[in-house]
Amino acid sequence: MNFEYSDEQRQLADSVRKYLANEYDFDKRKTIVHSPSGCSDAVWSTLAEMGVTAITLPEADGGFGGGAVDLMAVMEACGEALLVEPLLDHIGLAARLVARAGSAAQRAALLPGVIDGSLKLTFAGLEPGYRYELAPQSTQARRQGAGWVLDGRKSVVIGAPWANKMIVSARTGDHSAASLFVVDARAHGIRMSPCRTVDGQRAADIKFTGVSVDADALLGPEGGALPFIDEAVDFATALLCAEAIGAMQYANDATLEYLKTRKQFGVPIASFQVLQHRMVEMFIHTEQARSMAILAASKVDTAGDAAERRRAVSAAKVKIADAARQVSQESVQLHGGMGMTEELKISHTFRRLTMIGQRFGDADHHLERYAALG
Amino acid sequence: MDLSYSSEEAAFRDEVRAWLAANLPADIRDKVTHYRHLTKDDHVRWHKILAAKGWSVPHWPVEWGGTGWNITRRYIYDEEFGLVGAPSLAPFGPSMCASVLLRFGTPEQKQRFLPRIRDGEDFWVQGYSEPGAGSDLAALKTRAERRGDHYIINGQKIWTTLGHYGDWIFCLVRTDAAAEKRQEGISFLLMDMKTPGITVRPLILMDGGHEVNEVFFDDVKVPVENLVFEENKGWTVAKYLLGHERMGSGAVGSSKRELAALKALAAREQKNGKPLIEDLRFRDRLSRVEIELDALELTSMRFLDKMRRSGQPPGADVSMLKIRGTEIQQALTELMMQAVGPLAQPFVAVEGGAVDPLASRLAPRYFNYRKTSIYAGSNEIQRNIIAKMTLGL
Repeated sequence: MNFEYSDEQRQLADSVRKYLANEYDFDKRKTIVHSPSGCSDAVWSTLAEMGVTAITLPEADGGFGGGAVDLMAVMEACGEALLVEPLLDHIGLAARLVARAGSAAQRAALLPGVIDGSLKLTFAGLEPGYRYELAPQSTQARRQGAGWVLDGRKSVVIGAPWANKMIVSARTGDHSAASLFVVDARAHGIRMSPCRTVDGQRAADIKFTGVSVDADALLGPEGGALPFIDEAVDFATALLCAEAIGAMQYANDATLEYLKTRKQFGVPIASFQVLQHRMVEMFIHTEQARSMAILAASKVDTAGDAAERRRAVSAAKVKIADAARQVSQESVQLHGGMGMTEELKISHTFRRLTMIGQRFGDADHHLERYAALG
Repeated sequence: MDLSYSSEEAAFRDEVRAWLAANLPADIRDKVTHYRHLTKDDHVRWHKILAAKGWSVPHWPVEWGGTGWNITRRYIYDEEFGLVGAPSLAPFGPSMCASVLLRFGTPEQKQRFLPRIRDGEDFWVQGYSEPGAGSDLAALKTRAERRGDHYIINGQKIWTTLGHYGDWIFCLVRTDAAAEKRQEGISFLLMDMKTPGITVRPLILMDGGHEVNEVFFDDVKVPVENLVFEENKGWTVAKYLLGHERMGSGAVGSSKRELAALKALAAREQKNGKPLIEDLRFRDRLSRVEIELDALELTSMRFLDKMRRSGQPPGADVSMLKIRGTEIQQALTELMMQAVGPLAQPFVAVEGGAVDPLASRLAPRYFNYRKTSIYAGSNEIQRNIIAKMTLGL
């Protein structure tokens, strides 16, 4: 039994945290969010230099061969800082799919760029009208000559406007025949409708109209990509849980500090028991959620079968969604009117935690998945 | 990170599990798993079986009969008890009084009391709460007046769990009514419950069960050698005991057993022609409790890991185990009761009738478990502790 981070895990997270504290404070983040691309190339390349993009990739491909646990502490730091660069979509989803499903040639073509930060990837998975469904339905790929042609739509693809390439899921047969394709984000026939999300990220709805790709764009087995997608989304969900812990930790720290400094009726509001007990509940929720985030990351790395992994990840996501809701709502309430304003980071943390609660499946979605596993 | 027990710890768990399977009397286990109260004989019989194995007081120093197990082994031991339905020994003697004696007792007191506690010869109970002193324990009024080599005790205790089984009782009593601070006039006293002037009156709880009592003291004569630590320093003793190891308060093992029982019950019960466990509304509530319990188990293990590393007792934040643990216990008893629907209503057979032996226990069990968030420091007091000690509020 050992619940401590290793020295390497801690050191990396400490450097990331220190870097973000200096270069990603609340004002600098705001500047980035409102910049044309909504993301910072400088931050991205620094994170890559620190090794963040390499940790979870196989050693054979130039990575460090680590797992979700090795990136957990870093994700916590990103959560505290409310990082808007799409690290999760890049590393957790797209690069994971390439590393797991890709041929030697595809890995050699893509992963070095992922690791050095020069190639930005994202995963286009969700579709309008299909909620959290992972099997592509409305996006279809059909053979044309030696290659493929893609048609269809994808919804809220985080990181898409900034990405160089996308991993796109498309149906290549019956409703469970999922395939993956590596598609250039600027390919002919792609129309992006970009947006800024409520928590400050950049995303796009994407329409594919007769997008032609070569035969070697097919990533993994034709029609057999669903287990890879399921695994990558579980992996990313575990990382998202860790990110949520960081954001909740910030919310708790900031709220605790506020309770101790804000005075009403001539005394710090921290002296009111009704507020103390609410603060204690935020603390307990966060610690219980942290336990489940650890479980999810650990099982993603070590589970003997997909059912064990899915069960742990869904249990964790239910707990994280519930805790994120409680902690974010209470942190705003305990900050009073100031908690409602743009000016305080707490309101931005509220937005991020709220969207984390719904990403990759909300509590209801994961309760259903959890129950189905017995 | 590594979330599993080491192979050595797993082997120990298997050893405890196998021993319990072979040595826990079936009638006692059945009472636990069917939510029936244990008699004094059940408690004492089980205590003596454990004592014969050398396992009645694992947490004591080895010289007094402890096992020398580390904190992880002790946690595993407790968890296995819960999982199989073995009753934990009543904590008042082996855990509470003994901890005080080991820390504050004279050599004579240790020699006199500890072996008999270890072997289950004396059944101890706790005299702390009074009608006017619950969470505010320092408000206690039971008086102890020094007369030569005796104290004369007058007053009343309440909520004395298993007081009707008690051979001995340890009490907080007021020895100096004029002390400047209320805490400074309190002493820790041991009393033989056969002493004239002690009267035990049952308080029947809403499940119909007799667990707790009122204890009245009417000119009870107690020799001064039964004072533990110094006169008027009883609050120091009480605080030591309150801060004592509370790792087991999450009751993870027994809640896991209850969860399994609930799932089995919900698989048998039918709703709309299907097993209740397939009903989405019921299933979601069950899953949320199960997930909270998963989290609590891991949180407990994180505490263990931290304590093992630091060699220090857990901090005040261990109170969260009591809060969440009791909330989970209460949620499980409530779901059990709701699982049988209308069949939760029958309570006792009358006039030659019959009631289902399990279903008829589920509502009383739910009623009874409302106590868990009240006893051993109410959950509100636990939140006060975390607020003050952990969060600095």
